[in-house]
Amino acid sequence: MKNSELNSEILALARRIRAGETTARVVVEKSLAAAEKHEELHFLLEIFPDEALKKADEVDAKIARGEKVGKLAGVPYVAKDNFLTTVGRTTAAAKFLENFHAPLDATAIERIENEDAILIGKANLDAFAHGGSTENSAFGPTKNAIDASRVAGGSSGGSAVAVAAGVVPFALGTDTGGSIRQPASFNGVVGYKPTYGMISRYGVVAMASSTDVIGPIARTPADAALIAQILAGPDQKDATVHDNYFAPDFLAQDDNFAAIFSEKSRTIPAKSAQTSGENLENCEKYSIPTPRKIGLISEFISDGVDEDVKNQTLKLAEKLREAGHIVENVSLKMAKYALPIYYIVVPAELSSNLARFDGVRYGVRATAENLGELYGLSRNQGFVDENKRRILIGAFVLSSGYFDAYYLQAEKARTLLIREFDDLFVEYDFLIGPTAPMTAFKIGEKTADPLTMYLADIMTVSASLTGLPAVSLPNGFSRENLPIGIQVMAPQKKDATLLAFSQEILAISGEKSFNLEEKNTGTGGKK
Amino acid sequence: MSEKNLDDSTAKKSVAVDLAAMRHLAELSNIQMSDTELENMKDDVASILQYIEQLGELDTRGVEPTFQVSGRKNVWREDKVEKQITREKLLELADETTENQVKVPKVL
Repeated sequence: MKNSELNSEILALARRIRAGETTARVVVEKSLAAAEKHEELHFLLEIFPDEALKKADEVDAKIARGEKVGKLAGVPYVAKDNFLTTVGRTTAAAKFLENFHAPLDATAIERIENEDAILIGKANLDAFAHGGSTENSAFGPTKNAIDASRVAGGSSGGSAVAVAAGVVPFALGTDTGGSIRQPASFNGVVGYKPTYGMISRYGVVAMASSTDVIGPIARTPADAALIAQILAGPDQKDATVHDNYFAPDFLAQDDNFAAIFSEKSRTIPAKSAQTSGENLENCEKYSIPTPRKIGLISEFISDGVDEDVKNQTLKLAEKLREAGHIVENVSLKMAKYALPIYYIVVPAELSSNLARFDGVRYGVRATAENLGELYGLSRNQGFVDENKRRILIGAFVLSSGYFDAYYLQAEKARTLLIREFDDLFVEYDFLIGPTAPMTAFKIGEKTADPLTMYLADIMTVSASLTGLPAVSLPNGFSRENLPIGIQVMAPQKKDATLLAFSQEILAISGEKSFNLEEKNTGTGGKK
Repeated sequence: MSEKNLDDSTAKKSVAVDLAAMRHLAELSNIQMSDTELENMKDDVASILQYIEQLGELDTRGVEPTFQVSGRKNVWREDKVEKQITREKLLELADETTENQVKVPKVL
C-alpha cells in the first residue's frame, strides 16, 4: 500500500517536519537530550551528536529549498552495533572490534539513510549477539527501561531500550533466536522478525547464517511495517535474499493491510460491527476484520511459564474470541526439541562465521611470537566467555565422531519442526503464545548458569529455525509492573498479513508500547 | 515422529567433558585458552552438551536434514565490478602493514 496511507507515527513525524511544524534539528536535539537523560540505562555504545545535527541541518535546508527529501527525513534512529556504519565504530559489543571503523555501511543502513533518517548512535548488544540479556556485552549491560535493576533482554537490548525510553521511534536489530522479539517483550515495545530472506544482511556481523534476520523495533506494527518495507528486497551482495516476493512493496501482498493500517479506518471488532453502536464519524471506511483461526501453543502456557505471563496470554485469547476470532489450544509437539536443535545448529554455524576473527586483517591483535599464537591469543582476548562457550560447542557438534549424532540429527529434527508448523498452518492462520516464559529478570540473576539463560529463548527459537515471520507485541504488565509480550507467528512470506493482524490485536487488547518519556510527563506508560 | 530408543546408527555417545576434551575443542576452535580457563568453562559446556543430547531421542530415520529454510540455490549475478572499497581503506584496518601487505609474525 502507498506509504502516504500508512497510519504510522514515524510517517506522521516526518510529515510534521516537512510541513514546517517542527524541524529535523529540533527533533534530533530532543532525541539527543532524551538519550543523555537516560544515559544510566547504558543502551548506546556510541552517540554521534555532531554528525546527527549536521545531517538534520542538511535535511532542514533541503526542505526549505523545496527539494525532495526521503520518507524518513529528519527521523532519528539507532542501529544495533553489529550493523557496520562508516560513522563511528562498529564493535559488536566485543573487545575484538573495540576500535573498528567500518569501511562500508550495511545495505540496511544505506537504505534507511537514503530515506534521510538520522542515525544518532549505535546500540549495545550481547557481544557478537550471543545472549538473551545484553549482559554479555564487553562494555557493560543495558538496563531495562521500566526497571533499571533488571535486564534489557537481548541480544538487541540497546535497540529495544532506545525505543522504550522514548529516545527514537525505531531502532534496527537482528534476530537469530529471538534477539529482536525478546528484548521488545521485556521493554513493552513492538519487535518484528521478518521472514528469513526478506532483508539483506550485507554489512551486518554474522552469527548464524541460516537463521539471522534483520528487523525493526518500534512503537507500532505500522511503524515496523514501514521500516521493513524500506529495508526489504533483493541485494546483489546478499544471495540469501528473495528476488521478487518482498519488493517493491511486500505490504501490498495482503488485501486487508490497506484497510487495517489506513489512517482513515478504524478496526472494529467483528461482533460489535453488527450492533452499529460504534460512532463511525470521521471514518471514511472501517474494517471488519476477517475472523481468524488462531492456535494458542499449549506448551507455551504450561508449567514453568510465569503465572502473570500465562494469565495475560489467556486474557488476550479471550479478548480475541470476544472480537469474533477462533482461538484454540494446539500442541506443538516439537516445542521441547526446538531449543536443543537451536543450541546445536547455531553454535555450529557461528563457530564457522567467527573463524574470520583472527586479529590479522582487522580488529584487535594480540602480541604474539608466531602466527598460531596470534590467532589463538587474539581470539582468546577478543571474545567474551559466552562467545568461547558457543564456539567450543559448535566445534564439538561438527567434529569427527559427533557430527552425525549432533549436527546432522539436529538438522533432521529441524525438518520435523518445519513439517509440524506446516501442518498447523493448514488449519490455523496464526500461532500465538507469550514471547518469553518470564518478564525481565534481575541483572546478574541468570549469569551463573548459561543454560538457564538459554531457556529464556524457548518460545522464540522455533520461528528462527523455520524462517517464519514473528512479531512480539506489548501485552500488559505483571503484578511487579514488568512488561509482558505476546508473540504472533505466521507462515513464511505472510508478513503483511501478520503485521495487519498485529495492529488488530493491539486494537482489541487496547495495549500500547511503553514510552519512558511519556511516562515521565505523566501522559502514558503503564495502563 | 516419535521418541524411541535408538539403534546403533544414531546412538548418542555420552560425552565426557574433561580437560583433555576441552583442550581439543579449544584447539579445533583456534582459541588459546589456559587450563584454568578451560577448567572453569568445563562444567557449563558439559551441562549444555547434556541438554542438547536429548535430541537423540528423536527418530529421524528417513528424514532429510534442512540446512537452510529459504529454498534458494544457485544464485547468479553479473560478473561486473561495482563500487569498490579501496585497498588503502582496507589496509588501514590492519594492525601492521608494510608495502601494501598485512604484516604478521612468522609462522613457526
